Amino acid sequence: MISLSVDAINFAYLISVVLFTIGLKMMSSPKSARKGNLWSAVGMLIAIAATLFEKQIIEYHYIILALVVGSAIGLYLAKTVKMTGMPQMVAALNGFGGGASAIVALAEFLRTTAVPSLDVSTTLVLSILVGMVTFTGSFIAFSKLQGLMRSAPMVFRFQQAINVMLLLLTLGIGAVFVYSPMSNMAFTELIVIFAISSALGILFVIPIGGADMPSVIALLNAFSGVAAAMTGFVLSNNVLIVSGALVGASGVILTDIMCKAMNRSVWNVLFGKVGLEIDMGAKGEQKQVVHYTPQDAVAMLDRASSVIIIPGYGLAVAQAQHILHEMTKLLEKKGIKVRYAIHPVAGRMPGHMNVLLAEANAPYEQLCEMEQINDDFSETDIAFIVGANDVVNPAARYKKDSVLYGMPILNADQAKTIMVLKRSLKPGFAGEDNEIFYNPKTMMVFGCKRHADENSFTAKGVPLDHWQA
Amino acid sequence: MIGEFLVLLYIFVLGIFVGIEVIGRVPPLLHTPLMSGSNAISGITIVGSLISAGAGYSTLSSVLGFIAIVFAMINVVGGYMVTDRMLEMFKRKEDKK
Repeated sequence: MISLSVDAINFAYLISVVLFTIGLKMMSSPKSARKGNLWSAVGMLIAIAATLFEKQIIEYHYIILALVVGSAIGLYLAKTVKMTGMPQMVAALNGFGGGASAIVALAEFLRTTAVPSLDVSTTLVLSILVGMVTFTGSFIAFSKLQGLMRSAPMVFRFQQAINVMLLLLTLGIGAVFVYSPMSNMAFTELIVIFAISSALGILFVIPIGGADMPSVIALLNAFSGVAAAMTGFVLSNNVLIVSGALVGASGVILTDIMCKAMNRSVWNVLFGKVGLEIDMGAKGEQKQVVHYTPQDAVAMLDRASSVIIIPGYGLAVAQAQHILHEMTKLLEKKGIKVRYAIHPVAGRMPGHMNVLLAEANAPYEQLCEMEQINDDFSETDIAFIVGANDVVNPAARYKKDSVLYGMPILNADQAKTIMVLKRSLKPGFAGEDNEIFYNPKTMMVFGCKRHADENSFTAKGVPLDHWQA
Repeated sequence: MIGEFLVLLYIFVLGIFVGIEVIGRVPPLLHTPLMSGSNAISGITIVGSLISAGAGYSTLSSVLGFIAIVFAMINVVGGYMVTDRMLEMFKRKEDKK
């Protein structure tokens, strides 16, 4: 096969990098985002195609087989995953990316004949460390989100001490490797680093509860970028370095947004063990809530002129987003202004609730961010809270001893009437009782406890046929 | 002439700044597709795995390269396809119907 010069290949990489950047930039609007993604994919295609003409590549049978197998698996996953399962999907993809980077770094060590310089051997160790932590950590996150293992934090004694010791051990062995990368033991050292990093990834994610998975996935996303960039240093490959930097930046920004939305530091998410089972039984006085029937709710909605819907993950669990959108269409037909208020942590990953509602055909102009809509609640007739809890808990504003304290919330309590559709009075992930349920303006409409059945929304309290009649 | 590593480091640092600038403008509405899409970009590591798998140095390095290509390709194809699937759903009112 003909081969291209190093310069020609690197020029192709430059085009790829430009296309990646333009693609990400086009993500800034839903109008251009789909095209942007396509440009980014074209950039990837160019990078792969150019690399196939690299003169070092002398045999193609492994490559072709691997490309076919990987594409088939990727295609299958992308076509079959449900929108509710998107966090698991992204976690798994992060894992594969990080794993690939670590393996490439290891293979490069075997292949290269030159003595690795200080920077190459250092980044090689870092690539394996970050890549394998991403790989195994992502699969633990995947298992927790997929329900393959319990999502509650798994904690044991000296957990953090063990993690720190393993990390130091890895860095120590790494230092030995960097000191004499051509010694007889060098490959063995890398294998040991590979193994300990894999264990670290597992140990690092198991103590983190299901509610914190959005931040963890964003962080692992950043890791997968860093791993790619480190591998780029090992290979002196610019396209890997720039792409890794872009992805790393994206992951860090998203982690930061998720942490801010929960008013937690990254440190607290990673080591705070929030989500342990809390004993709610002995919380003192029984407060009264006012129960309403679905018919009451319908009558109330009929008289409203503006409604803001606050969806939470409970909505997605019940797969009720489609029927909810049917409801909004009926309300709009009656001339009632309907919008959705989306809290940054609604759903199981950044932006997840928007995807779920888009799938149910809700037009994106109706999907409002918290800052955009929070001042409008006071002029709204009904705040319609469905399957959400912590994100509307007023305790976040003033109750200093609450885990929620300081978290930005939606001002649902400022609406003229608050309607809460819930399965039970159970507290949200934070384990904090929600006083909004006891507000005199609040209408509680309880539904049935079973979820994920076809008619769950009807069961949850709003009989659609009532409107259609 | 500055060392090669330093040049690479410059590229890395500037890349991070570009990333922060570009990604900071993506609205929360699109954060999930942004994650899956940027995820696909991190599959760029496939470029390295192609050389490992095809250089014919040793069976072990070819096998490692093979595994790395499979992983990276799942990342690339899965990431771009699923992002496209999501973005297709984001429509305005008049586009719906």
